[in-house]
Amino acid sequence: MMQSNLPAPSQLPARIVVEDLNAYFGGAHALHHITAQIPDKKLTAIIGPSGCGKSTFLRCLNRMHELVAGARVSGRVVMDDIDIYDKRVDPVRLRRRVGMVFQKPNPFPTMSIRENVLAGLTLNGIRPKDADAIVQHTLERVALWTEVKDKLHNSGTSLSGGQQQRLCIARVLAVQPSVILLDEPCSALDPIATARIEELFAELKNEYTLVMVTHNMQQAARVSDYTAFFYMGDLVELDTTQRIFTNPKVSKTEEYVTGRFG
Amino acid sequence: MASRHTSKVYEQELRTLRERLLLMGSLAEEMIQKSMRALKSRDAQLAMETRRVDRHINRLECEVDEMCLRVLATRQPVASDLRFITTALKIVTDLERIGDMGVNICERVLELCDDSPLPETVDLSTLANDSLSVLHEALDALVSRDTERANRILARDDTIDEQYTRVFQQVLSMMSRDPNTIYRATRIQSIAKYLERIGDHAMNIAETVIFLVSGTDVRHENRMSKSGIDSIPPVSIENAPPDGQKRH
Ligand SMILES: Nc1ncnc2c1ncn2[C@@H]1O[C@H](COP(=O)(O)OP(=O)(O)O)[C@@H](O)[C@H]1O
Ligand SMILES: [Mg+2]
Repeated sequence: MMQSNLPAPSQLPARIVVEDLNAYFGGAHALHHITAQIPDKKLTAIIGPSGCGKSTFLRCLNRMHELVAGARVSGRVVMDDIDIYDKRVDPVRLRRRVGMVFQKPNPFPTMSIRENVLAGLTLNGIRPKDADAIVQHTLERVALWTEVKDKLHNSGTSLSGGQQQRLCIARVLAVQPSVILLDEPCSALDPIATARIEELFAELKNEYTLVMVTHNMQQAARVSDYTAFFYMGDLVELDTTQRIFTNPKVSKTEEYVTGRFG
Repeated sequence: MASRHTSKVYEQELRTLRERLLLMGSLAEEMIQKSMRALKSRDAQLAMETRRVDRHINRLECEVDEMCLRVLATRQPVASDLRFITTALKIVTDLERIGDMGVNICERVLELCDDSPLPETVDLSTLANDSLSVLHEALDALVSRDTERANRILARDDTIDEQYTRVFQQVLSMMSRDPNTIYRATRIQSIAKYLERIGDHAMNIAETVIFLVSGTDVRHENRMSKSGIDSIPPVSIENAPPDGQKRH
């Protein structure tokens, strides 16, 4: 929620420090010299017109960008004093600490609800002893437990869109990340399901750092503490959401948030 | 704002809103001008006509309010648009109050017209000119989104307060010289008070213009820094200044 009187993002403990980050798709330079600090245990929204590099930026934060053939990154992304692009960092383990939720809810279709929650662990070869407790706790965390506790063995895809998205968030939470990346997590959901998910984000912020791409500016204004505006591969402005939506410093941001664009 | 909204309808809504607000401003200004002219020329007819302008202003107030609420509900304005809407909601209140002051002046003028003329020992013209001039300037600053102009207006608040105090002294001495003038003198004193309040509303508009343009809130700043808020003694009835109601 738009909190007033939050300090500037650089004045808070940073969960992620991005330094001179560049991202390329083959010869195409998609992100230009991005330097930013993502505050710890806050929700930072990423806004900007389509194609400006929002998803690319997100995918650079857990090294998913490099999964695209020909894609390349330069610069540093520092978490806990370690550059995630350091050769010694294992990207698979990194992606457990920096989980990701996508636009379209994507529960594994052949798996039950229960198996979906545990998927992040089992696919990594982890067989937790207290699996039942993890399933219950995690589903409670995403406010899905009472709705599904009697049908844990049904397929994940039997749920509604909003429930499926909460299941996907549960799957991320089960591996105990510290950062959750969300790429337009509500754009396939109806307004009520969206409101429920937004409620959940407000809860999760107490424990996790959330970075959410959204094409819905009202959503950014509603749920985020900080907002970053990207335009054509540049980070134009990162400031408190309050500031961005009441009195941004850069006129390009002003034009975008007020709808004076193109 | 140089560039236009992608939505032409939205652009048009904001333009209409601005026009209504400025129309209200010019009506309010006209009201005060005419009521002062009616006072000077003891023109009861003009005072009665002028009093009616307030209805038009009130109607515009409702229209502007409604338009603001509609834009808030349907467009979810942000940044400078949001500041414009919230600003309009405030300015509209100041303008409506100025209209009310105009009505009050007309009523006092009508009472004075029913009575014999006063000796010209009280000079309202400087106060009237100053109040009208800050109102005019405030509306100009709004049209041109000019913060420097708005700041110059704020610097004139003290002069208007001084003018009011001076008129108040003149009214007091007139009444003590000739108790027969008391009824009429208090009418003059009321008009002076209305003019001083109009000046205050113009100050509010100027402050609002600064917020509209720069996004900074300057309300209460000038008075606090100048007088040093900590050093103000508690005001009791006994030592309250004659212009007891300061601008808040
Ligand atoms: N897999 C890809 N291969 C080549 N170019 C891509 C790929 N994905 C995205 N791009 C390009 O990179 C730029 C940024 O894209 P993206 O980060 O998806 O934007 P956004 O999420 O802001 O809509 C765009 O110009 C887009 O065309
Ligand atoms: Mg995207």
